[in-house]
Amino acid sequence: MSNVLFFKATLFFYFLGTAFFLVNLCRDHRRDQAASTRLSLTQKIAVFVTIAGFICHTIALGIRLKEGGYIPLSNPHEAISFFSWVIVLFFFWVEFKYHLYILGSFILPLAFLSLISASALPSDIPQINPTLINTWLGIHTILSILGIVAFTLAFVVGIMYLLQDKFLKSKQLNTLYARLPALDLLDQWNKKAILFGFPLLTLGIISGALWAQYAKGSFWGGNNSKQALALGIWFFYLLVLHGRINIGWRAKKAAHLAIIGFIGVIFIFITLA
Amino acid sequence: MNIVIVGLNHRTASVEIRERLSVPENKMGETLHQLTSGPMIEEGLILSTCNRVEIFAVVKETEKGLDAVKQFVIESHPEILPETLESALYLYASVDALRHLYRVASSLDSMIIGEPQILGQIKDAFEYAILHKTTGLILTKAFKKAISVAKRVRTETRISESAVSISYAAVELAKKIFGRLDSKSVLLIGAGEMSELAAQHFISSGVESITIANRSYDRALELAKTFNGVPVQFEDYPAELVKADIVLCSTGASHYLIGSEEVTKAIGLRQNRPIFFIDISVPRNIDPKINELDNIFLYDIDDLQMAVSSNLRSREREALKAEEIITEEIDRFTRWFKSLEAVPMIIALRDRAESIRQTELDKVSGKMGNLNTTQKEVLEHLTASIVNKLLHKPLTVLKEEVNSRNGNMMLEATRKLFDLEGLLARSEGPKKAEEKKAS
Repeated sequence: MSNVLFFKATLFFYFLGTAFFLVNLCRDHRRDQAASTRLSLTQKIAVFVTIAGFICHTIALGIRLKEGGYIPLSNPHEAISFFSWVIVLFFFWVEFKYHLYILGSFILPLAFLSLISASALPSDIPQINPTLINTWLGIHTILSILGIVAFTLAFVVGIMYLLQDKFLKSKQLNTLYARLPALDLLDQWNKKAILFGFPLLTLGIISGALWAQYAKGSFWGGNNSKQALALGIWFFYLLVLHGRINIGWRAKKAAHLAIIGFIGVIFIFITLA
Repeated sequence: MNIVIVGLNHRTASVEIRERLSVPENKMGETLHQLTSGPMIEEGLILSTCNRVEIFAVVKETEKGLDAVKQFVIESHPEILPETLESALYLYASVDALRHLYRVASSLDSMIIGEPQILGQIKDAFEYAILHKTTGLILTKAFKKAISVAKRVRTETRISESAVSISYAAVELAKKIFGRLDSKSVLLIGAGEMSELAAQHFISSGVESITIANRSYDRALELAKTFNGVPVQFEDYPAELVKADIVLCSTGASHYLIGSEEVTKAIGLRQNRPIFFIDISVPRNIDPKINELDNIFLYDIDDLQMAVSSNLRSREREALKAEEIITEEIDRFTRWFKSLEAVPMIIALRDRAESIRQTELDKVSGKMGNLNTTQKEVLEHLTASIVNKLLHKPLTVLKEEVNSRNGNMMLEATRKLFDLEGLLARSEGPKKAEEKKAS
């Protein structure tokens, strides 16, 4: 049960990380009028704590992999836990490549919340035979989660967009304004995230159908409402992409759409659980 | 031996005086040589910018040296009344001079606090003086230090981070909307001085194209030439909105030139690509209501002014931090400067030799077994006379040469050759020596 211990340590570190990132977000507005992307002490602690949490999480997942003998993605608990692992990994990548330190203040609360919800779900390691059928299930889950991670990022930059838009419109040139990236950049990332997420979701749905075909003899079987919801989300993002590329939807509208899409995705996640 | 400054700046002298005193590049060498030709001035350096002319010198005696430099300034400018000139000049010596130099380099003494050009100008002035060999040990060290202090101030405080002019504030805002400006186009409506200045800022930030609409087409044409832009007829500006990412409006019109109708149409044709409107005209030329439309950002002169003044206030707060850094650095420099004096150096050198002699003597006498008093005395005498003979010449030369042109060099060399850093520090008292170690 040592994976549970590491899981709890991860929760603890992510809680601290979230707290520090949020404190950093609201830190000393008056003094930092001319705030920059420079690292403050709170920021450094936040990143450090997050690294510690991420290591614990990786170990917890690793132990699960070893004990279960399969990729730990067979139940909602594991799926959400893996989701949280990927978004934090992505955060590190952005942090070290683009030095967009503010992203942590948005990503880490999400990672923490998803881990909390994962911890509320049964976390027993199920006994599964590593067969061809379950390999398809694994592929389906990984692709779907990566797709969801991409949509989550579209959601996060969407929120950042709306905030920055509000600051610019209302002429509140405060610390947060100084730290948030340019509107156009946020819009580009929103587009990129959905462009990445959509094919992943498509392949996730196809591999899911293939698994259903193998396991149940029909690619449209079992839990119909779940599949209908997934298809609904797929059509929604297809529409968003179409609007972006062909009609010129962008900016605020695109940010709103990314947020609506994410709410839909979360809804599926919940019904799934 | 002391550092002195004689100078004037935008606060003490009018531009008429400043421009007469300024030393052009081609005369720099000559002026520097004249300055250092007298017997009192050992090292010299001239900083000449549009806001200040300052002479930095190392002089043998403070009072006489200051006089010599001041006289040099007055005599080189017989066209200005000595009284007028004298009232504009400020004089600094030793620590005050150093503080002034550090403050100037860190842009705390600038017209706009935190402006970055001054450091480059200081570096240039320093290079000229090196080129013409009018700097010596002290000015070299002081200026190198000033440059590093300025860099420290810039990295440790946020003094140069925010925009403090209206046109620069507009550029910063544009960057927050568009990210990079290199594929963006600017439309100038009205070609007054203000819009010219703002356009200049946008061009240096790399915008792709500039279109100019002005009531007088000739003026538009003229401005288009300077900016390599495109002139259009004034009446055509609504159509140009479709192509423009940044619209800079500054005309004398007494009514709104741009309203929701034009903008809604333009933004539709642009497929919702944002437009940043900057209205620097008074009375305003753009209907403030358009700010409510999606993807439209409108800033008028007051909005920009607000951004600028809040930035200025934050620079002033940062300046306080910078002053602390400077005080710290001055302490370090003065400690080094003091160590250049001959007396402590001679004492330190003697101490060093004596301690070596004593240690070696102790080692040897241990090995030699029981010595009688005479033998001990002989040993004492022998070692002492070796040390004294060896030190005699260096000490005499040091005393003689310390006030010569090479004096400082000699002291610095002695300090390094005999590794006297620690000893000199100790002679300043135990506390300071600890600080030195810590740093």
